[in-house]
Amino acid sequence: MAGKRVLMKGNEVIAEAALRAGCRNYFGYPITPQTEVMHYMAKKMVEIGGNFVQAESEVSAINMVYGAAAAGARVMTSSSSPGISLKQEGISYIAGAELPAVAVNIVRAGPGLGGILPSQGDYWQATKGGGHGDYRNIVIAPASVQELYELTVEAFNLADKYRMLAMILGDGTLGQMMEPVLFRDEEPIEKIEKPWAATGRGGRDFHNTVTSIYIDPDDLEAKNIELQEKYKYIEEHEVRYEAYGLEDAEIVITAFSTCSRICKNVIKQAAEQGIKVGMIRPITLWPFPTKIISETADLSNVKAFLDVELSAGQMVEDVRLAVSGRKPVHFYGRMGGNLPTQKEILDKIIAIHNDPNEGGRV
Amino acid sequence: MAKVTFRDDLCKGCGLCVYACPKKILELDTKSLNSKGYHPAVCVDPDSCIGCTFCAVQCPDSVITVER
Amino acid sequence: MAIVFQPTEGLTDKPFHYCPGCNHGIIHRIIAESMVEMGILEDTVSVASVGCTYNSYDYFSCDAVQAAHGRAPAVATGIKRTLKDKIVFTYQGDGDLASIGTAEIIHAAARGEKITAFFVNNAVYGMTSGQMAPTTLLGQVTTTSPFGRDASYQGYPINVSELIAQLTGAAYVERVCLTDFKNIQNAKKAVQKAFRVQQEGLGFSMVEFLSTCPTNWGKEPVEAMEWLKEKMIPQYPLGCFKGADIDFSKKEVQA
Repeated sequence: MAGKRVLMKGNEVIAEAALRAGCRNYFGYPITPQTEVMHYMAKKMVEIGGNFVQAESEVSAINMVYGAAAAGARVMTSSSSPGISLKQEGISYIAGAELPAVAVNIVRAGPGLGGILPSQGDYWQATKGGGHGDYRNIVIAPASVQELYELTVEAFNLADKYRMLAMILGDGTLGQMMEPVLFRDEEPIEKIEKPWAATGRGGRDFHNTVTSIYIDPDDLEAKNIELQEKYKYIEEHEVRYEAYGLEDAEIVITAFSTCSRICKNVIKQAAEQGIKVGMIRPITLWPFPTKIISETADLSNVKAFLDVELSAGQMVEDVRLAVSGRKPVHFYGRMGGNLPTQKEILDKIIAIHNDPNEGGRV
Repeated sequence: MAKVTFRDDLCKGCGLCVYACPKKILELDTKSLNSKGYHPAVCVDPDSCIGCTFCAVQCPDSVITVER
Repeated sequence: MAIVFQPTEGLTDKPFHYCPGCNHGIIHRIIAESMVEMGILEDTVSVASVGCTYNSYDYFSCDAVQAAHGRAPAVATGIKRTLKDKIVFTYQGDGDLASIGTAEIIHAAARGEKITAFFVNNAVYGMTSGQMAPTTLLGQVTTTSPFGRDASYQGYPINVSELIAQLTGAAYVERVCLTDFKNIQNAKKAVQKAFRVQQEGLGFSMVEFLSTCPTNWGKEPVEAMEWLKEKMIPQYPLGCFKGADIDFSKKEVQA
């Protein structure tokens, strides 16, 4: 499959990317709309002699991930919103024990059982913790099937490098979409030594313990300070985003993943009407591209921001924090699994163009 | 001939060794307290010890070493 | 004179934090002794669970992974499938294994995961101060059955070994106790058989240890042993529920 373009479905590409990144452990549970990831793994992982387990629940699956990661292996799980909710305790443990792992959330509409159509309503769950305690996950939002491939491979490298969970935040549209993907001949896999792993003492004169419990408050505080320093380093070095048209934009859209693709077309339509619109598309949702948004807020040409999401507005809060009141930040969202039409977004753009302060209000 | 040695500082005075000893020659020494505040187990008739290891095997805290 | 019994190198020097008379100390020791005697200390990974033994990895000299409450069999699955030639065991109490972890233990056994579960059944929740467990006996007083466990609103105790033994993936399941020398030696034999079953790749193995919890039963340690013999054994009979015919004394392994 190397060096040629293949038409593939998003969910399957995620699985293929994981295998190419050297992942030989997949533990999951069926849930719409990500089940194809598991089906692909059920076949291919077994064919290459890796470990595939359909676990009894998403809870069990994340704990199998924890175990394999503790033993030093590259490992992945995938699920969708309600299943990711179930995994939160395990994810907190992965953060506390500093284990490398990759999780994929093909987001569906919620809350509760919700629907099976796409949503971006897990942004808070993914970026603000989701589970208990002070921790972060690296959260990546691919916007195309090609990015699903490249960023999934990258997720394994980041997870290993920083000893934490890297989450691919997709949605049902991306997962089900079929697009051509160009696979590399060889993947840029960064081999990291794991002397901390629980692999059996094998002659070591001390035993390794993978744990997240520190009963003494000074010990636990020290561990938390270490984690915070790690996260700070990542915020300074691993932010990824795509930005364009900022230098002469009057309105700047912030959107990620599927929404960003719809907005790209809206930008063209707005230009035809003489309205200059730029866009900042976060690729890492955590670490969040605060700096570029803040710098953009200072540009004299920028009159307002419009944040577009498939939710009631979650990322918009981080945009507002970055903008810090310097310019108005408007929001447009659809929920329930509905996608905004280009017309709806364009209408919003026009309203903001006419009244940058109040135009965004419904 | 047999001998039992106790690491007093580890003993929690639970009395299981006393219960286990078939010769009934172990007791909790109510006249002393170890560093944990327990009455440690002690052999009151060492000459009768047969080195069966019942006490050491019953002990949850690896207090007892047995020689024979 | 020669030393015929001394502390094992399978345990670290750290003194146990367990209550006086708690059977965890005996169980930890026979597992540790077995790892040393079978020459597997360097090749074993233990999975600690949540409860009084949350820090069992401070006591066992082997590598270890701490698991979330109830999830040790899933964590062990992840470890064993990665480290196929190592020995992996879980160490779980009755809340961890039979309450929150019911799905995990059943499915690890059903999948025939080549791991060993050491299940410590003391009919009560220890660490969290004495609540009713799935294995609490009818009539037993606990902090959440203050009038004695009443079947009409609190149901009946679960016999875990019998339950697990029904699963084809479970190769060896035995229930033991530690009330005297003979039973402790028997329990240690069960531990070693369980490790052998894992080494031979025969499937899932489990040893259920009936144990006392003097503190939460409100009894002295010796009194607690007597209560165990009188009350627990009738509900939880000792013996081998699966794999009795597995005999490693013969050269060929017969499953």
